[in-house]
Amino acid sequence: MKSGVVVFPGSNCDHDVYHVLKHVLGQETTFLWHRDETVKGCELVVLPGGFAYGDYLRAGALAALSPVMAAVKRHAAAGGLVLGICNGFQVLLEAGLLPGAMRRNASLRFCCRDVWLRVERDDLPFTRQLHAGQVLRMPIAHAEGNYEDSSAALDALEAARQVVFRYAAPDGTCPGTAESNPNGSARSIAGICNAAGNVLGMMPHPERCAEEILGNSDGLGLLAGAAQVASRAEALR
Amino acid sequence: MKARVTVYPRRDILDPQGKAIRDALGRVGFAGVEEVRAGKSFEIRLGHEDRERAERELGEMCRKLLANTVVEDYTVEIPAPADPASGNPAVSDRSTADRPHGGRP
Repeated sequence: MKSGVVVFPGSNCDHDVYHVLKHVLGQETTFLWHRDETVKGCELVVLPGGFAYGDYLRAGALAALSPVMAAVKRHAAAGGLVLGICNGFQVLLEAGLLPGAMRRNASLRFCCRDVWLRVERDDLPFTRQLHAGQVLRMPIAHAEGNYEDSSAALDALEAARQVVFRYAAPDGTCPGTAESNPNGSARSIAGICNAAGNVLGMMPHPERCAEEILGNSDGLGLLAGAAQVASRAEALR
Repeated sequence: MKARVTVYPRRDILDPQGKAIRDALGRVGFAGVEEVRAGKSFEIRLGHEDRERAERELGEMCRKLLANTVVEDYTVEIPAPADPASGNPAVSDRSTADRPHGGRP
């Protein structure tokens, strides 16, 4: 399976994702430039974290209009896998590939720390190596991750089972307090997918916790699932 | 033709930035301020003088790029040519503020 990592001017987690896909998971991986007009035959496209186009106007707003995003939209419409991490999630929202919008963190601060995530679904390509109810530890690093939509749209999102990850306490409950829900997101939402389940956006960074040497490999299962690696054990061999 | 577009957080959405600014105003002697909403303003110079077309184009610009209507409202102002008699520039005001919660176009 061939994976592509999109590089926008201002992306800064592109090499981290590339490293995990290529060197940890052993997948054929390539970079896609924001001006590319195709996804070069990649089956998985990752939009990495960073500050695409300097976050001008709104985080992700200008990146959503770049040539490569037209190709990513076609790829998604054809059922191809798309994973947006942090700024990549913001780009997916601005591009209309996922519903809702991000606002500034409720604390008004850039928030950089580990959080606990509860896995809500394990039937997606991305989450098939995880199990529903599982609690993962992953780092976040963002100023605008406060997920918002109208309450009707949030109800529809829940009803369609599109909430994939929620910010949680270590025991897996979601009290929604500032401690467990670091940015004030509606309903503690940390990651969502589209109705078809082939596009996933999430604020936490699985690529920053995908190797034991980093002290945490909770993010590897998700990336291994996205890259269709049969098992984490296979990935770690 | 010149226009001004103002984008601000939707009224039904908490604006943490505006709230922090209101609190800070209290610390410099304006404790009575009830509300502040922090937004963005764009001055746009269009390459033509067709008012109707300008209103249409500016609304489209807001919906497609300048505002994210999931969380933001926008106002478009097109100052009328200054009336030399009164010196009062008339203002055309198109706003989304009275619309129900919108989605992305």
